[in-house]
Amino acid sequence: MKKTLTALFALVLLAAPAAAKETLTIYTYDSFVAEWGPGPKVKEEFEKVCDCTVEWVAPGDGVALLNRLKLEGASTKADVVLGLDTNLTAEARATGLFGKHDLDVASAKTPIPWTDDHFMPFDYGYFAVVYDTQAMTTPPKSLDELVNGDAAQKIVLQDPRSSTPGLGFLLWMKKVYGDKAAEAWKKLQPRVLTVTPGWSEAYALFTKGEAPMVLSYTTSPAYHVIAENSERYKAAGFAEGHYLQVEVAGLIEASPRKDLARKFLAFMMGPGFQDQIPTTNWMFPAGETSGPLPPAFDALVKPDKTLLFTPEEVDQNRRAWIDEWLNATTQ
Amino acid sequence: MSLRLDHLAFRYEAMDMIFDAVFPAGGFTAVIGPSGGGKSTLLNLVAGFETPLAGRVLIDDADVTALPPDRRPVSMIFQDNNVFAHLSVRQNVALGISPALRLEPAQAQRVEAALADVGLDGLAHRKPGELSGGERQRVAVARALVRDRPVLLLDEPFAALGPALRRDMLDLLRAKQQARGLTVVMVTHQPEDAIHAASHTAYLEAGRIVALRPTADLFAATDVPGLAAYLGDWRNTVL
Amino acid sequence: MAERHNTVIAYQPSRAPALAALAFLGLALTAGFLPVLAMGIRQGLAGLDPYILRVLSFTLLQAGLSTALSLAIGLPLARALARRRVFPGRFLLLRLLNLPLALPSIVVIIGLVEVYGAGGWLGGLFALYGLQGILLAHVFFNVPLAARLVLADLERIPEENWKLAAQLGLGPWALWRIVEWPRVRGGMASAALLIFLLCASSFAVVLTLGGGPRATTLEVAIYQSLRADFDPQRAAMLALVQFALCAVLALLAQRWGGLVPDVPMLRASARRFDGRSGAARVLDAGLILLVLLLLLPPLLALAASGLQHIALTAPLLRAMLTSLLLGAASAGLAFLLVWPLAMLAVRGALWRRVAALAVLASWIVPPAALATGWFISLIAYAGPLWLSALLVIAMNAMMALPFVARVLMPALGRSAEVHDRLCLGLGIGGWNRLRVVEFPAVRRAAGLALVMALILSLGDLTAISLFGTQDFVTLPALIYRQMGSYRFDDAVGTALVLGLVVLALSALAERWGET
Repeated sequence: MKKTLTALFALVLLAAPAAAKETLTIYTYDSFVAEWGPGPKVKEEFEKVCDCTVEWVAPGDGVALLNRLKLEGASTKADVVLGLDTNLTAEARATGLFGKHDLDVASAKTPIPWTDDHFMPFDYGYFAVVYDTQAMTTPPKSLDELVNGDAAQKIVLQDPRSSTPGLGFLLWMKKVYGDKAAEAWKKLQPRVLTVTPGWSEAYALFTKGEAPMVLSYTTSPAYHVIAENSERYKAAGFAEGHYLQVEVAGLIEASPRKDLARKFLAFMMGPGFQDQIPTTNWMFPAGETSGPLPPAFDALVKPDKTLLFTPEEVDQNRRAWIDEWLNATTQ
Repeated sequence: MSLRLDHLAFRYEAMDMIFDAVFPAGGFTAVIGPSGGGKSTLLNLVAGFETPLAGRVLIDDADVTALPPDRRPVSMIFQDNNVFAHLSVRQNVALGISPALRLEPAQAQRVEAALADVGLDGLAHRKPGELSGGERQRVAVARALVRDRPVLLLDEPFAALGPALRRDMLDLLRAKQQARGLTVVMVTHQPEDAIHAASHTAYLEAGRIVALRPTADLFAATDVPGLAAYLGDWRNTVL
Repeated sequence: MAERHNTVIAYQPSRAPALAALAFLGLALTAGFLPVLAMGIRQGLAGLDPYILRVLSFTLLQAGLSTALSLAIGLPLARALARRRVFPGRFLLLRLLNLPLALPSIVVIIGLVEVYGAGGWLGGLFALYGLQGILLAHVFFNVPLAARLVLADLERIPEENWKLAAQLGLGPWALWRIVEWPRVRGGMASAALLIFLLCASSFAVVLTLGGGPRATTLEVAIYQSLRADFDPQRAAMLALVQFALCAVLALLAQRWGGLVPDVPMLRASARRFDGRSGAARVLDAGLILLVLLLLLPPLLALAASGLQHIALTAPLLRAMLTSLLLGAASAGLAFLLVWPLAMLAVRGALWRRVAALAVLASWIVPPAALATGWFISLIAYAGPLWLSALLVIAMNAMMALPFVARVLMPALGRSAEVHDRLCLGLGIGGWNRLRVVEFPAVRRAAGLALVMALILSLGDLTAISLFGTQDFVTLPALIYRQMGSYRFDDAVGTALVLGLVVLALSALAERWGET
């Protein structure tokens, strides 16, 4: 019995490859490496061309990723960090752990021109209010309509303290309302069914019919079309524009495999990586794909205007803006 | 008051029991016999803790078979756990009069009297944890006294006590039984207890009361099947 | 029952294993707490600002109400189950009571939404968002726990007490006051403490059903300060607040609970003679039905939608295996830590106090702070999978300690009463005593303790989300991963598998305990 247990443990825990090839260690967020996420395919494609082994380490979400790096400091085992977003890059840069990527920033196909010399974008998406067409016939056409609309039509939001979309929506509100954001939050309050810790809880409540609206991404309807063949859920286009999320990767300056890491970042901008993004990560590719996007992506809401704070603005104000939100919504 | 068992049937696992006996009114009957023969079951049936398959329990000619335990004119004292650890000696005795522990002055007097009767005056405020094993059994006797039920059942009540103490307790019990005219049935493993205190003794084996006779007669008997084997050479050494 | 107090020469189990267990816990706590505290103090502790005070008062409010409600329902349920020893489905019900403890809160939330949500079977019966929603979910989680713990105590009341009560004609109220309450009071205090701690550290339930940031508990604030803001000053302050809260509660529970000595009992489970009237039957049946109405619909809803989505894929099977191995290791470790402490605790007041605090170790320091501290302490060795596995096991084991102790200690106490003098006389000690006497004697309790620890570990998300990696996915982690990528139906399927594993384990533990 004891032997069997030991053997089982070995089976589960020591499934790591025992090859003598160079190993590239990439820190990323958890859902990236799920069986149905981009991770497995990306690993396979890169290993075809690099004569190396890719090892994923996924300590949680993007925020957990950065915290892990901060705690590890210079002793980190990471060669590449993949999955921070522009709300975190200023903080990440300040750790001094990241090196320059030396790639052509013009190769990045982001909605706003890319200039960052430390981080390269691998995908992007717009936050959007997704609504249920069976429960709502006239969705809000602007953030203002959402804020001032019928309180009987609820929305599920996420907590900016613990969730990326939650923080995204906070920044969206701030971008649109500026100094009047607190007031807008108070007006929105009656429409908010609840504020969940993460995207999953919110989207689960939404698809269970608890509220006709949820904060998600413009790409969410594409999932339902492609995976479920359903047109039921749609994103509402907002007149003020949509807030952008750009996900990036960077290399660790102290890594002994910096050349390999750089090679991975270059690979990241090409079809071997980018082809996986639309239907596994449900985001827009930020680099070259081998063909056009699936038709479902063409039907998605295309924002007239892209909203984004600079990483530095977010870094300096995040805490104050969260406190502003807390004060506005807890009184 | 007489206690009569009329073809009282019970089944425990594979053993069928039938009890048929009359315990003399105002008598002190000891019940002896091998372990697992049904001695405790007999008491449980009388007290109402077991439901017989058939037959009747008659106390003073009244059929009590269908009555719940508290409606029977019976008190029972066990080998262990006769007292509640969190209640004082006085409260434990008072439970015999009022489950709500609310006593009128006269009732409180009876409690004090019973405590004095069993030699526990002065210890009334103590918790059972501070008493010896013999003193705890005295609490149980005092409670039986204030309950004032004509039939008293005891299931190896003094098994854990030493010979001298046991003798004292038996004397106490015997005195109270005679003073109040109680009908006592006591299960014991000690033949000398029976000889010391019991007017009658019953021999019980394999779910049957084989014999119920005056104590001296029973221990002298040679016609009771199983008794000689049960007592072994005890008779030669003691009698 | 008082023999023990009069005995001069007492059996003394070896102190070495207990000291080793204390050393392990001390090390784990120091490694976990000191780095966070040091970081905070170095930068100057944050003050008790209005935010912290608001968070603290809401934590106390919701956890206090949740605990009171869970006990108010769990206690009568336990009594009804103790009085009704035989009814169809009793075994299944007892096993179902193990289930909520193991279900990740998001799964329970989905189950509740399916029943009480806008489109649910009983939609509109409860307001699902706000304090009511939080209470509903916490009651769902903790009524079964309270009932199981109290039932175990009720079943340890000796048969003579029931006989005596029947003979004295004690009515239901007197029976409760004189026989039952004194015996469950101590256990209630520790059950209340456990439930309060579970509710106070509740995270996803409070945020999701709370309706907004007004509903923020200490745990959320600690999480925010450690993860989102990386603000060790506030984290250290919050950790100190939780430390103080926990210590005060633990002392109160001990004071309230430590009054009545346990009475030895030879028979496994006593018969009761009360509750035979028609009214009592109706009352008990009504209570049991009521609780079934609370428990069953969400579980059935989950089972119904999960059944269509059970796919025994390789990742699922791997996650199940990982869960079981981690759970078994955690339960084993928890058992090894509690046993030597409990052996001493049941024989002396000093050790009793030490053990009562030691088993609360992982609750005194908030798990998020503990994990961060471990991470900092072990930073030089970070990376290998086996270390992550060890940390998950250690943390799960520590979370399970109070549950294991709660079940194991009374059983060991009883064994001490019954066997100590015998063993002294026969010169049976050490390993032999363990093998020949103790283990067979407490088999039933040991089984229950192990399975509770296992179930608690199976449902863990705290430790796994802090130390887990991509190769190291448990069933709850898989559920979250599936939900993170739109696969909600698959996630419910996985949750159903988790539920079935828990039911199977409960059944196994009971069978093991019986033989």
